Amino acid sequence: MPALGADMEAGTLVEWLVKPGDRVKSGDVIAVVETQKGAIEVEIFQQGVVSNILVPVGERVPVGTVLAQIDGAPGAATPPPLETPVAAPKPAPQALAQAPPMPVLAAPSSRPKITPVARRRAAALSLDPALILRGTGVEGSIRLADVETYASGAKLARRPAKKGLDLSQMRQAIAAAMSRSKREIPHYYLTETVDLSAASTWIERYNAEKTPVERILPAVLFLKAAALALREQAQLNGAYENGVFVPSSSIHVGWAISLRGGGLIAPAIRDTDGKSLAELMAAMRDLVERARRGNLRSSELTSPTVTITSVGDRGAESVTGIIYPPQVAIIGFGRVVTRPWVVDGRIETRPLVTVSLAADHRVTDGHIGGLYLGAVGRLLQEPDKL
Amino acid sequence: MTEAEIRALILELIGEIAPEADLGSAQDQDDLREIFDLDSMDFANLVVALHDRLGVNIPEVHYNQLFKLESAIAFLRNAIVQ
Repeated sequence: MPALGADMEAGTLVEWLVKPGDRVKSGDVIAVVETQKGAIEVEIFQQGVVSNILVPVGERVPVGTVLAQIDGAPGAATPPPLETPVAAPKPAPQALAQAPPMPVLAAPSSRPKITPVARRRAAALSLDPALILRGTGVEGSIRLADVETYASGAKLARRPAKKGLDLSQMRQAIAAAMSRSKREIPHYYLTETVDLSAASTWIERYNAEKTPVERILPAVLFLKAAALALREQAQLNGAYENGVFVPSSSIHVGWAISLRGGGLIAPAIRDTDGKSLAELMAAMRDLVERARRGNLRSSELTSPTVTITSVGDRGAESVTGIIYPPQVAIIGFGRVVTRPWVVDGRIETRPLVTVSLAADHRVTDGHIGGLYLGAVGRLLQEPDKL
Repeated sequence: MTEAEIRALILELIGEIAPEADLGSAQDQDDLREIFDLDSMDFANLVVALHDRLGVNIPEVHYNQLFKLESAIAFLRNAIVQ
């Protein structure tokens, strides 16, 4: 049972997507688990043949429990048992090959809970899963059999009318992660106001030549600039665990996505710094869509090495974040505003954005943070190089 | 395409983007982003969907005409005619 958040203690096996004898490879989704944060698809990162299913559907087990065994793989299909159910693996004092786990902050969607195979079958039947008002899986999740039953005309029990997320569960998850952060991490906070004239002009020209689906949002420039600046200040990218900062060799930005009805989740955009702006826009669009539909994968929740939150054009003028443990920094971008700005001794109106950094004082000081924000601002002055 | 059909299409597409939206509550002068809680990505996706369904060009400089239902209908109707 993978740890899909620093405060996750257990999960319920909702559905197996493999059976003994099946051949699996890295990246395959092998199971669906129900957590406090919703149904999450569990991937495997080894190859081999499934030899044993150790946890039956419907069973709730602690984090670290071996779910299945794979022949031909160097280890179990999922991380081996830990010393305690909630303990994170002890990090080696060198750069992480795999990014650290992070807390998941919310239930992923108000849409019906549905397993991937059921979703695929429903799509094949052109059937809206929302029509199946209550499934027979754990906590009413819709299983393949439910889709087949519905398609054949049988009546299923109606799901109670429900609009929005399970606010109670979501709040519990947010409360746990953020309380831990505030309890354990000595935050320091910095902000920098950045002139976005060059970036705004560049993005207008870029989008003018593109079809709507190819256009990018200003947030994509923020994302890329923030990721590239992390190359310069690597002490902000990694995890603090067991009294040691473990830098990450990769930059996987967790992109904070607000969910309808409340709450947020921050899945990873892997290798953010190496992606083009078009790739980042596509990745961002995909993540937002899947996060709100409740179709994220386990690796997307466990791999962020830093988090970025951008409030968009309807948000507040500035945002100062709370670090997601065990990460050591969160970067915030406020709403772009037009304000008077002194340029070469003259006052001009300029589009401005307030960039913030909340960082872990156990790992860095304000000097590093200031250099980082300076780098973000500098990179945003040359958008054609992003 | 009539104004009523364009209005219905806009609301249909918003309903796909924001399934929880109370589409019947929309008034002509309402800011669609406000009443349906559409963020920047939602709005970008609405433009993509309108472009795909209507085949009209919607330059980014005209996005503000899509903020309210009344002006969106007028803009799209004009764009379809052209």
